[in-house]
Amino acid sequence: MRTRYSEDQQAVAEAFGDLFAREATPEAVRAAEAGCGFDRGLWSKLAAAGAPGMAVPVEHGGGGASLVDLAVVAFEWGRRIAPVPLVEHAVTARLLASLAESGAVDTALAGAVAGGEPIATLTLRPAGPDGAAPLVPAGAVADVVAGLRGDALVVGRDEPSGVARPNTAGLPLADRDLSDAGILATGEVARGAFDDALTEWKALMAVAYAGLTREVLAMGVAYVKQRHQFGVPVGSFQAVQHGLADAATRAEGARLLAFRAACAVDAVTDGAARLASMALLFGAESARFAADRVLQYHGGYGYSAEYDVQLYYRRAAAWLLQLGEPAAEIARLAEADLGPKRPKAA
Amino acid sequence: MDFRLPAKAEAFRAEVQEFLAEHLTAEMIAATRDGTIHSPELHRAIADRGWLSGAVPAELGGGGMDPVELCVLLEELQLHQAPADALGVAVVTVSMILEHGNDFLRSETVPRLLSGEALGCFGYSEPESGSDVAAARTRAVRDGGGWIINGSKMWTTLAHVADYVLLLTRTDPDVPKHRGLTFFVVPLDTPGIEIRPVSTMGTERSNATFYDDVRLGDEWRLGEVNGGWNVMKTALKYERGIAGGQFPSPPVIEAAIDWGRTARRADGTRPIDDDAVRHQLVQAMIDVEVCRSFAYHTAALASEGEMFGVEGSMTKLFASESYKKHCAWFLDMMGADGLLTHDDPGAHMDGRIEEHFRHAPVTAIYGGTSEINRNLVAEGWLGLPRSR
Ligand SMILES: Cc1cc2nc3c(=O)[nH]c(=O)nc-3n(C[C@H](O)[C@H](O)[C@H](O)COP(=O)(O)OP(=O)(O)OC[C@H]3O[C@@H](n4cnc5c(N)ncnc54)[C@H](O)[C@@H]3O)c2cc1C
Repeated sequence: MRTRYSEDQQAVAEAFGDLFAREATPEAVRAAEAGCGFDRGLWSKLAAAGAPGMAVPVEHGGGGASLVDLAVVAFEWGRRIAPVPLVEHAVTARLLASLAESGAVDTALAGAVAGGEPIATLTLRPAGPDGAAPLVPAGAVADVVAGLRGDALVVGRDEPSGVARPNTAGLPLADRDLSDAGILATGEVARGAFDDALTEWKALMAVAYAGLTREVLAMGVAYVKQRHQFGVPVGSFQAVQHGLADAATRAEGARLLAFRAACAVDAVTDGAARLASMALLFGAESARFAADRVLQYHGGYGYSAEYDVQLYYRRAAAWLLQLGEPAAEIARLAEADLGPKRPKAA
Repeated sequence: MDFRLPAKAEAFRAEVQEFLAEHLTAEMIAATRDGTIHSPELHRAIADRGWLSGAVPAELGGGGMDPVELCVLLEELQLHQAPADALGVAVVTVSMILEHGNDFLRSETVPRLLSGEALGCFGYSEPESGSDVAAARTRAVRDGGGWIINGSKMWTTLAHVADYVLLLTRTDPDVPKHRGLTFFVVPLDTPGIEIRPVSTMGTERSNATFYDDVRLGDEWRLGEVNGGWNVMKTALKYERGIAGGQFPSPPVIEAAIDWGRTARRADGTRPIDDDAVRHQLVQAMIDVEVCRSFAYHTAALASEGEMFGVEGSMTKLFASESYKKHCAWFLDMMGADGLLTHDDPGAHMDGRIEEHFRHAPVTAIYGGTSEINRNLVAEGWLGLPRSR
């Protein structure tokens, strides 16, 4: 049992932490927002560093790292709210590699995706029976889109539009058409493979949320130490301190739960999907709480476009909503833990 | 990184569960309604198993139980609602005496405390000082080779069943407050001590204790004269290891689920089929998993020999504040039926939720209030300037 990074993980965190700090600056995030929410230069550098396929088995062209190692990178990605679809791509790459294992996917495609080109993504919500998949994350930039169509797991390959639907966080969301996408599996096999990929997405996004929260809190702490009112730093006011302390407490709880979930998913432990879902919900909630406190304690500047906290505030809400309503996720957890709802007697 | 408990700890969990199946009875849990969250039989059984001495750090000569296993023990005790408050008190008392005590104190008190035959209790808080514990005024004055103690303590929980009180006294009123404190181990049958019950909104009984010309030999002094703050700091350190308190909510959630399944609303529906209820149950279960993550993390740090600090404050803050919230939610869920206490034969599960609702507030007060813990997080974790 070890709840801290190993030395290797520490090294990975530092290497990618440096890369994201250098390349995914707030200016780069703003520039991406002005376009379709994607920074191709950054993506190439990540691909060169082996990030997109790092947790894909070596025999399928990946780096053979564990899901937890990938989570270490996702944390750094989240800290910088980097405008590249790292998590969607990475879980789709793992899905394709596992399907290549059974021959359902061309190994050349799986290998190419593991290398970072073409860009791949996952529809988080099943497409309609007609193949319409609305608001697909990274849908504006991904060539390869995997998802459920009815009870079939399908993969489509299409030139992306490069245009995102305008949205609150400048994310590369776009509608995709999976009507022509090839069927890889059907029935329970399809559902199981898709659910596994989705669980991985939840665990990794939970960790990414912990990264976002870490950074927005650091921003808040730096600001309240330096901003003076009434002749003293605003960070010496207890009301401000206690709001930040509550946020930091939830943030630490969320970080621990997220990594615990990632470890459980990695080890295929019973209850891993439940933990991943809980970690995502709690991660999103604590990110929103922290971003809200930090924006508040910036006063008017927090609301200005010039300061960075607003970039985090909007993403704190947006990342989870790509999956759908939080209430629906909670309802799924309730179904699993409390049993199905009984219909009201007529 | 690997958050899974080692197989040895899971095997130990099974052992604890077996132990509780054998030794913990419904009567023991019900008996705590007289206000004393302590069962002498259970306490002795825990001591006989070696878990009390086991929980004392090895460097002090204790069993040095692996912190992860200790965490599992505390988790199971809480999940089963075992009345085991005295376990933590005993471990902290023994640890303090082993660290600071003279030979007399070690041989006189430690074996009795470790066997479960004798109990300790904490005399830190006073009528006029709680959070500002270093402001204690109870006076100890030299009297030849010994001491005379005068003053009063508030919230001396378990004093009415305990044998010793760890007493924080003022020995020098003329120096800054932290520098004029001295600790004593005071046998509670010493003449001049009076113990009066203090009843609470929850089930606990606590005590006010009064010290009127209590004469004590110097051999009962714990640590240096005017070195009491050092002793206090180690008390807080040992408390972190054995604090528990991370799992107050599961018994309430269990009762809420039972109510949700068995009760019927006026329209014939079950509360558990209501989305609002399901939402709160899931939120509460998520909070429990957050608490569990904190508990396993601090245990893992401790077992690596890493002394954690602020993480303990965060755990307590989160666990107690979320527990209060859960109790309020599930009391509301029951409507008028939620009001019935265990004295009413129709109270659901012996009025468990109602009882927890009355108990919950104290968890955000004793052992360091939520505000004090937020201060500690702000200063110790975020590095913010001292508050004003
Ligand atoms: C049931 C029960 C059992 C207990 N058992 C024991 C025991 O066995 N032994 C023992 O010694 N003590 C015991 N205590 C005492 C307990 O530790 C104190 O109640 C606690 O430390 C708070 O002190 P206080 O009650 O004097 O409140 P105060 O310190 O007077 O606090 C009042 C309010 O002011 C806030 N406040 C105080 N200082 C600050 C600050 N710096 N910043 C912001 N807010 C602040 C507090 O958070 C609180 O909300 C027990 C208490 C209870 C209720």
